[in-house]
Amino acid sequence: MSLLVIKDLEARVGEKPILKGLNLTVEAGSVHAVMGPNGSGKSTLAQVLAGNPAYEVTGGSVTYDGQDLLAMEPEVRAQQGIFLAFQYPVEIPGVSNAYFLRAAYNEIRKARGEDEVDPLEFADLMEEKLAFVEMDSAMLSRSVNTGFSGGEKKRNEILQMAVLQPKLSILDETDSGLDIDALRIVADGVNKLKRPDSATIVVTHYQRLLNYIVPDFVHVLAHGQILKSGGKDLALELEEKGYDWVTSGADVGAAAGAGA
Amino acid sequence: MSSAAEPYVAAFDALTDSGGTPQLAELRRAAFERFAALGFPTTKNEDWHFTSVAPIAEQEFTLLTAPSGAVRHEALAPFLFDASHHVMTFVNGRFEPTLSNIGTLPDGVTLIDLASTWTSAPELAERIGRLTGYQNASFTALNTAFMQDGAVLAIAADVVVDAPIHLLFVTDATAAKGMIHPRNLIVVGRNAKAAVIESYVALSDAMYLTNAVTEVSMADGATLQHYKMQREAARAFHVGTIEVAQARDSHYVSFAFTMGALLSRSNVYTTLDGEGCGATLNGLVMLGDEQHADVQTQIIHAQPNCYSRELYKNVLDNRSHGVFNGKVYVHPIAQKTDGKQTNKTLLLSEGAHMDTKPQLEIFADDVKCTHGATIGQIDATALFYLKSRGVSEGLARQLLTYAFAADVLETIELDAVRESLERMTLERFV
Repeated sequence: MSLLVIKDLEARVGEKPILKGLNLTVEAGSVHAVMGPNGSGKSTLAQVLAGNPAYEVTGGSVTYDGQDLLAMEPEVRAQQGIFLAFQYPVEIPGVSNAYFLRAAYNEIRKARGEDEVDPLEFADLMEEKLAFVEMDSAMLSRSVNTGFSGGEKKRNEILQMAVLQPKLSILDETDSGLDIDALRIVADGVNKLKRPDSATIVVTHYQRLLNYIVPDFVHVLAHGQILKSGGKDLALELEEKGYDWVTSGADVGAAAGAGA
Repeated sequence: MSSAAEPYVAAFDALTDSGGTPQLAELRRAAFERFAALGFPTTKNEDWHFTSVAPIAEQEFTLLTAPSGAVRHEALAPFLFDASHHVMTFVNGRFEPTLSNIGTLPDGVTLIDLASTWTSAPELAERIGRLTGYQNASFTALNTAFMQDGAVLAIAADVVVDAPIHLLFVTDATAAKGMIHPRNLIVVGRNAKAAVIESYVALSDAMYLTNAVTEVSMADGATLQHYKMQREAARAFHVGTIEVAQARDSHYVSFAFTMGALLSRSNVYTTLDGEGCGATLNGLVMLGDEQHADVQTQIIHAQPNCYSRELYKNVLDNRSHGVFNGKVYVHPIAQKTDGKQTNKTLLLSEGAHMDTKPQLEIFADDVKCTHGATIGQIDATALFYLKSRGVSEGLARQLLTYAFAADVLETIELDAVRESLERMTLERFV
């Protein structure tokens, strides 16, 4: 059974259709890169999978682990193992990172029928996870993402991912705004978190991140559809030639089926 | 005489017949006459524009004259912050020594009940009513006419009171349909320092009226942290006025927490009447159901080189209604005044309503005075972010509500009070 099957997905923001019949299948153990020009619908896909209510699904289906993903509330999706690393992580002044992480961790444990952990047990767990993304423990006492640099915010996303141990990770433009050192730390974190039963969707505009997180499949998303799929070499080709050779002249009506 | 006073004439006559010094009798008589002339304020009065006190005016409250006798010590535990505090307890408006734990106060500190002050400390008693005028304040006039008890605290020069003094006003079920008029006096001497907590709490769901007045006099260099916890019963009415007079280099810090009562009005007024003064007036109002809470602050900058800081936050749920009116007057001589006022409101439901009215009147030309007010809802992006991490809708809203209030709670210097309020804030909107 495939971990994720997206069929003819249509979604809009307000009155504007963004996804227009998108197909994608993701198997456990694989890394998929979704690339495409600005405004092609990459972020919309990521947000729709995570359940952002600002996006309205108007057609198609998404099956995750055999279940109807679109019927689930965002928190249930997270509890079931979906994780979206935000392109713009949200600042929440007044809530400490430690409190937030433990609340999320415990909610997910609760959903799995496991015992909640107390602050002391959680502190032990955090020590290990912080090392993972080369973060200082002082970051835990600060308010969530508040006053964090761009790199710190992205590392904080990967820290959350490390704590929550998702089955399907969606990285939305995680490389944007990162210098090369931060990019390496973030990519290392993602790579170390890979498991045979988990999958990763890397949404990105540039090929740069894919030097560090090597995809098994690369898909080109444009005009709200996957127009072309291939192996990791496709990313290099896109880097060299740009997106035009894929998107121009594409018959938007006939979606190129994609997937593993 | 207005009709407002008629229901209270008999109680007033009985009270004045029951004894007291001639000085007190005169104070009462003048105040009752003034109340009779003023009546209860209406919404035509600019200071009461958003708050109708008709539910109070329509009642005929009984003057409570004795404590209940039925309150047990254990019942007070939820309202005490820390065992180290000096606690003076009043039940249904009257001092209850057996429920108090005043402990040992430093030399130079007087803490007595108002009822005995008239005879035991006349030099303090004669200061009652000096700071707060009632010519245009119906409720203060009513309080002055009917005041029976409260705390009288005097701190001599240079004395630092380490542990906070907690004035705990409790009502129980026998207060139903009753009214109490607590009257407190706090006199902080030169370079003296103290922290005072005034709590108004209920042990029952009775309907009653608390109409409190606290006068605070601060000498040169005095420092006072003054906390007011309004946690009255859900159907109760609360009107409270704190009036402060600050001399040179004194620093007054107020934190007012409003969570109780069906209808409440809380006034905090201070006059910075010496150079180098600072006033910080902060507060948090958390309402639900049909609650209505009106906060009015007034800061009078009467001398140069003083600062004032104000941060009031409201969290309003259900069909509750909040009102904030922040007045700042800067006299012509009060140059170099530095004032900042902020009022922020979080509306948790469609039916909640906020009226906010900054009111700055500045007559000096070299001052820095700013004000800002915002009214908003829970941020949908932040809500989604939390939910996307597995946090349930309920907990996510709770966290974001808490986060909204966090910065004003962080200003509370007393750890025990801050932690208690943080807990109450987190648990209020579950």
